[in-house]
Amino acid sequence: MKRIYVNEKWCLGCHLCEYECAFANSGVTDMVKALKGKKIHPNIRVEDRGDVHFAVNCRHCTDAICVRSCIAGALSFDGEMVRIDQNKCVGCLTCVLVCPYGAILPDDEGHVAQKCMLCTNNFTQEPNCVRHCLNNAIVYEERD
Amino acid sequence: MQYVIIGNSTAAVAAAEKIRAIDTAGKITMISDEPYHTYGRPLISYYLLGKTDAERMKYRPADFYESNHIDTIFSTRVEKIDAEKKKVILSDGKKVGYDKLLVATGSRPFNPPMEGIESVPCKFNFMTFDDALALEKVLLPEKSVLIIGAGLIGLKCLEGIADKVREVAVVDMADRVLPSILDEYGASIVQRELEGHKATFYLSDSVQKFDGNTAHLKSGKEISFDILVVAVGVRPNVELVKDAGGKVGRGILTDDRQETSLKDVYAAGDCTESYDITAHTSRILALLPNAQFQGACAGVNMAGGEAHFTNAVPMNAIGFFGSHILTAGSYFGDTYVEKSGDTYKKLFYSDNKLNGFILVNMPDRAGIYTSLLRNATPLDEVDFEALKKDPALMAFSAQYRAEKLSRRV
Repeated sequence: MKRIYVNEKWCLGCHLCEYECAFANSGVTDMVKALKGKKIHPNIRVEDRGDVHFAVNCRHCTDAICVRSCIAGALSFDGEMVRIDQNKCVGCLTCVLVCPYGAILPDDEGHVAQKCMLCTNNFTQEPNCVRHCLNNAIVYEERD
Repeated sequence: MQYVIIGNSTAAVAAAEKIRAIDTAGKITMISDEPYHTYGRPLISYYLLGKTDAERMKYRPADFYESNHIDTIFSTRVEKIDAEKKKVILSDGKKVGYDKLLVATGSRPFNPPMEGIESVPCKFNFMTFDDALALEKVLLPEKSVLIIGAGLIGLKCLEGIADKVREVAVVDMADRVLPSILDEYGASIVQRELEGHKATFYLSDSVQKFDGNTAHLKSGKEISFDILVVAVGVRPNVELVKDAGGKVGRGILTDDRQETSLKDVYAAGDCTESYDITAHTSRILALLPNAQFQGACAGVNMAGGEAHFTNAVPMNAIGFFGSHILTAGSYFGDTYVEKSGDTYKKLFYSDNKLNGFILVNMPDRAGIYTSLLRNATPLDEVDFEALKKDPALMAFSAQYRAEKLSRRV
């Protein structure tokens, strides 16, 4: 199964993936309208320290602790990825409390959790962070 | 193979899922004294709040039992386990034989003896969907509510009903709200927030006597109310195992495979004890994720696999009207504190380990702290000084990151 993987040594720390993620999930197809003047809440976050940069997003763990811990049954692993049903989510943030990657987040209003669904839930239909990564530091491929 | 599961909540469902993943042919029977499709038990307060409904509360999809070929016996209690004959005896007198049995009986409200309680006309507990439905029927804008207990259950009930009634009073013997998970400062933030929703707190106090719709407190104060909710605490349902001769402490005792002292009888969830690796002691951890971990472990072992649950850690995610309180572990050792207005972080650490944490209104990436607890990570293997301020993977070794971010996990 394809997953998003991060090659730390190639990450430039440009944070473009964060903007592309926020855009893809904004529901608006005009990037300027989607992002201009707005604080973004992307599902992917770049960490920086000195010369080290890398992006972190959901690892879509096979036996994900967020799925196991969800009090509402709103998170599930469908064989391909970890999905969230925000209609079932009550925003308790137990998933945020348990994710060892810090990769599931409260949404911008804190009412529900939000997470990467590999852009299957938006108009781009392929991981937009990967597509726009300038240096191939984020890839979408099969690995062991 | 005949699998019988007593219970229909988190631990029971987790076990059934694991059994079915391993054994596609065995017969699974789930028995519950409730009539409902499995539902997220902690969602009952969100139901009253209007944030979910009966359909969305379903903990698993509507076809869960059918698609997993699970037989259900609902609205029926198990009265007895006959561990020698490997049968359970039901409240309707029927017997169900098992090869492997899971006891996931949960807990029940603790209703302490209180003088005059029988004179209170309208009183509730707050544990089950039926409790929530019954309470919902009497909530009206002119009613006043008294909740005994400022713990997790009492305060979630408060959140669910506060904006539907005239006022809510809360009485607790403790000197602060959420005493099991918050210190004084963290509790003061929560209390202030709830007071903004018409709640009045009577702390370090208790009810001496009820007289109909009036509570007389030890302090001499009196509270008039229309509706009483008793949320003092819970007691684990250990009796089935105890009466069958199984070992029981405060909760049902199991090994790390979740098997009780009775052969082929397993137990999981709020009715059991877990070995808390942060407190270094066996205790009841009545928490939904813990029930899932135990239930899944039990299911694997019941179906002939091999699983061990060895890293139980207390953890709670709770919030009120938009606030978020995330806590885990045990509160001892040195501390690191950040506080500013309604945000508060407190980390507890000693002997090269993180012991626990409190995060009020700063939930971001809290799971990175929890992973330090669950893995008992030696703090000299990470940049703990950086982690104190900012839970981030940068504080871990490049090798750790490579394993986690560039491989399948």
